[in-house]
Amino acid sequence: MSKDSLINIKINNKEIQVDKNLTVMQACEIAGEEIPRFCYHDKLSIAGNCRMCLVEIEKAPKLVSSCTMPLMDGMSIITNSDKVKAGRKGVMEFLLINHPLDCPICDQGGECDLQDQAMYYGFDKSRYQENKRAVDNKNMGPLVNTIMTRCIHCTRCVRFATEVAGVPELGMLGRGENAEITTYLEQSITSELSGNVIDLCPVGALTSKPYQFKARPWELKRTDSIDIFDAVGSNIRIDSRAQEILRVTPRANDLINEEWITDKVRFNYDGYYQQRIDQPYIRKNGTLDPVTWSDAIKSLKQKLKNSKPLSLIGDQVDIETGYAIKKFMKNFGDNNVECRTDNQAIIQNNVESIRFNTPLTEIENADLIIIGGTNPRIEAPIINHKIFKAYNNFAEIFNIGENLDLNYPTHQLGEDLSNLNSEDLQKALKKSKNPLMIIGSGFLSNIQDVKTLKALFEFSYKNKIITEEKII
Amino acid sequence: MSGNHPGLSNNFIRSGEKFEWSKENLKEIKKIISKYPKERKQSAVMPLLYLAQEQNKNWVSIECIEAIADTLQMPKIRVTEVASFYSMYNSQPVGKNLIQVCRTSPCWLRGSDKITDTICKEAKCGINETSEDNLFTVVEVECLGACSNGPMIQINNDFYEDLDQESTKQIIENIKNNIPNKIGSQKGRKSSENA
Amino acid sequence: MAPKREERVLKMLSDQDKIFQNLHGFEDAFLEGAKKRGSWSNTKEILSKSQNDVIELVKSSQLRGRGGAGFSTGLKWSFMPKDTGKQHYLVVNADESEPGTCKDREIIRNDPHTLIEGCLIASYAIQATKCYIYIRGEYHHEYVQLEKAIAEAYDNKLIGKNACGSGYDFDLYVHRGAGAYICGEETALLESLEGKKGQPRLKPPFPAGAGLYGMPTTINNVESIAVVPTILRRGSDWFKSIGAENNTGTKVFCISGNVNNPCTVEEAMGIPLKELIEKHAGGVEGGWKNLKAIIPGGSSTPMLSKEVCETVLMNFDDLRNNGSGLGTAGVIVVNKNHDITQVIERFAHFYKHESCGQCTPCREGTGWMFRMMQKLVRGEISPEQLELLENVTKQIEGHTICALGDAAAWPIQGLIKNFKPELLKKYNQKRKAS
Repeated sequence: MSKDSLINIKINNKEIQVDKNLTVMQACEIAGEEIPRFCYHDKLSIAGNCRMCLVEIEKAPKLVSSCTMPLMDGMSIITNSDKVKAGRKGVMEFLLINHPLDCPICDQGGECDLQDQAMYYGFDKSRYQENKRAVDNKNMGPLVNTIMTRCIHCTRCVRFATEVAGVPELGMLGRGENAEITTYLEQSITSELSGNVIDLCPVGALTSKPYQFKARPWELKRTDSIDIFDAVGSNIRIDSRAQEILRVTPRANDLINEEWITDKVRFNYDGYYQQRIDQPYIRKNGTLDPVTWSDAIKSLKQKLKNSKPLSLIGDQVDIETGYAIKKFMKNFGDNNVECRTDNQAIIQNNVESIRFNTPLTEIENADLIIIGGTNPRIEAPIINHKIFKAYNNFAEIFNIGENLDLNYPTHQLGEDLSNLNSEDLQKALKKSKNPLMIIGSGFLSNIQDVKTLKALFEFSYKNKIITEEKII
Repeated sequence: MSGNHPGLSNNFIRSGEKFEWSKENLKEIKKIISKYPKERKQSAVMPLLYLAQEQNKNWVSIECIEAIADTLQMPKIRVTEVASFYSMYNSQPVGKNLIQVCRTSPCWLRGSDKITDTICKEAKCGINETSEDNLFTVVEVECLGACSNGPMIQINNDFYEDLDQESTKQIIENIKNNIPNKIGSQKGRKSSENA
Repeated sequence: MAPKREERVLKMLSDQDKIFQNLHGFEDAFLEGAKKRGSWSNTKEILSKSQNDVIELVKSSQLRGRGGAGFSTGLKWSFMPKDTGKQHYLVVNADESEPGTCKDREIIRNDPHTLIEGCLIASYAIQATKCYIYIRGEYHHEYVQLEKAIAEAYDNKLIGKNACGSGYDFDLYVHRGAGAYICGEETALLESLEGKKGQPRLKPPFPAGAGLYGMPTTINNVESIAVVPTILRRGSDWFKSIGAENNTGTKVFCISGNVNNPCTVEEAMGIPLKELIEKHAGGVEGGWKNLKAIIPGGSSTPMLSKEVCETVLMNFDDLRNNGSGLGTAGVIVVNKNHDITQVIERFAHFYKHESCGQCTPCREGTGWMFRMMQKLVRGEISPEQLELLENVTKQIEGHTICALGDAAAWPIQGLIKNFKPELLKKYNQKRKAS
């Protein structure tokens, strides 16, 4: 932040220096003033429709919505006057008149923005004596449960689907008090990130179907963890009660997953309870006999004594475990460890050939992205979201390999790597200042493909996709 | 038919028939799109909804919405949003003559209630209903912008103004008998001059 | 200088001072007739003035926007950035939907060339080479007339490339709305024009900075644009000579409701309301003594009691000083044969029906107000509930994205302000009866 981008403003008569590019709401947050909000979300475009964040600005005749208001030098903002309080109280009342207030049977209860803010900013009783509106529930597929009468029309879900997931399938139909959020013809959302609308929904309109009626948030034990279902390493939080995992939610990490996680990690926990090997077995005469752990280890010890073991490490084993296995296997002399269960080609002693090289936050700054032999939408939806961001920043996206629907248009360059020399791509590469290439296992699934990989490296050095200063 | 204003329902339905732009409309679409900047084709969604509605017997089916989304390369939900937002796109089939009676205060002060009653009686259907012979659909609408000529109604594209029960009855009668009606003031005014 | 108030009141607008010579369609609406009425006579000459001069002339005429807010048209134009190299747009708001208003309709169908010529001149002033006229969908006949007139103008090279031989290229398009009052709000109109739902945008940014397709845009009402050619032809001093300081010129008034002859008429700005009704609309049904209240500027403006109606002048400032507004100058007269609460209840229904559903107070509040108004009509609103109703209107007012929330609240506030004792009496009577 340079010095000349700072301006002086007053918040509740306290002078403060802030960046002039912030909004009034952001400035208030810096000053430690809490501003209630429903529709505003850091990672989504600004809608300004809930009107909960009203503040008073000196000389402005009306209250203004702080989330939409840019700062101006010398501005004096008041967040605690009677006028502001009355404004918020009014908005809160309007939000509640058609809300069913069915908190006792609502899954959002206990972690509901509407509930919390009604406590702080609302009336203590209802003055509304008319009938409440009822809205038909919408089908949004097997993951997202809808109780649309609870919806407060903040449109966070609509903006998420359009701007983050890249699937413009959610919308608000109709107008006025008949406005309804729905997917097109009530089809499921075709996004691998769809579960995030559950977290985004500030009320109980969109909740998790598998988690329905399972627990209250205050009963849950929270364990911070990392998503191991793809190589992104999204930060997650595992909520459990007693021995049972009840749900998985994201932890914000701007360097990695921002505030999103994939549906895979969010909903796969039921796999821990079904068809799991939960105790050791020993094969005897073709059948598996259950044994105790101590018997199993005894038997293993025996077998290892005079054998030459090989260890295969699967895709979902974390680095620490892998390292422990490797250390363990050293006891037997040879380095008989293998983690490429699919025979993937790597260039040994070259770390660059196995890692992503580009920081995840930089993907959105690329102006040319070549995707080869991978489907990021399936393999790493978070990466796909970041490529989508780059696309929205006018990056050109080329795809080599299978024709893919990635939620954004790509230039299809054909099936194999010979197309790297195509004229279109060469032209684009010449123009590009910040190119990025993502090569997936599609082209490297044979140990013989090391040659391909080497050729790709040459290509990237030649076209300045990898440069010395870019390597971390 | 349900009790909704056909233009303001959020539920669009399939007609079950294929919808393809007619040749003339394809030409018209080109003309319409050229009115807007090249990369702003979406602007043409409202005129295209009109075209589709006209071609589809005065209502917009899901097939129409999908054809428009395809033509303008827009997400289907965005077309649906627009179609559901504006009251002039009918989400269900309507009768041959869509009669819209203005109910807002300026017309009401001059007796629009009686006009509604007369129409319902003559057309033999209730408000938001279609007559059995499929000749009429009657809806009550908000201000149509001819307040100095109230009470007034709109039948399909045409305004009928300065109505009383007698002239309203005559208009419906004429439609039934296939006699063309005089559009505009029914009291012999040219427009809204002081008569 | 505009004449002082007293002088002006006495002066009726003479026929030759009327800008819309064919407001009622007795003559040819199209080019030949329009030329006879003076349209297009020296447009090239007007366009030879500098853009700044045109803006200054309009500014000095003290023309105020005819769409409702009454903001200085010239000043609005001067907010447009100059020489940006971007595409500038003029958008004309012909989405006339305010109940009680039907003036633009007459201009469009009977005198379309005043509008087309105005579009050219205004666009020239703000460096816009493209202009869209957004006409409400229900005006089908008017749309056909306008398209015909535009085709004529193109054929005669009045607009298009090198418009009127001025060297200025100008394209004019018509876009039809489809039944949404909210699209009369300028940013909702832009959204609609861009092919979206007509939901008002957040301001800032204002359209002059980022409007249609993100480009600098000015949005004006039909009447504001259509009077411009005449102002430039006859001079801003002539325009200023009609009406009072800051409330100048002529104005098309629409009179509807309980009068003997509802009509639209062009009159001097600031004509006394009573005179307007007695002279042009044949007086109140049942005589002036039978007058209950008048809504002076379209449904959004608070009503005036009979007492105020006696003396109030139909201009921006005088109506504002009397707790109402000129709005669109759609005068709705209510006599004593009608239940005034029902008039407002219908307006409440209108606003509920037309709320876009975007922001909370309006989406939820208009329905609440309407339902309470229904009770009020039935005499079921107790004094406490009446207070609640008033409170609800205040909770909406000023808290919404656009002015529809205010517009929905004001009629009810006006009703309570003017007729509170009567409303309470209604409740007591009903209670006694049951």
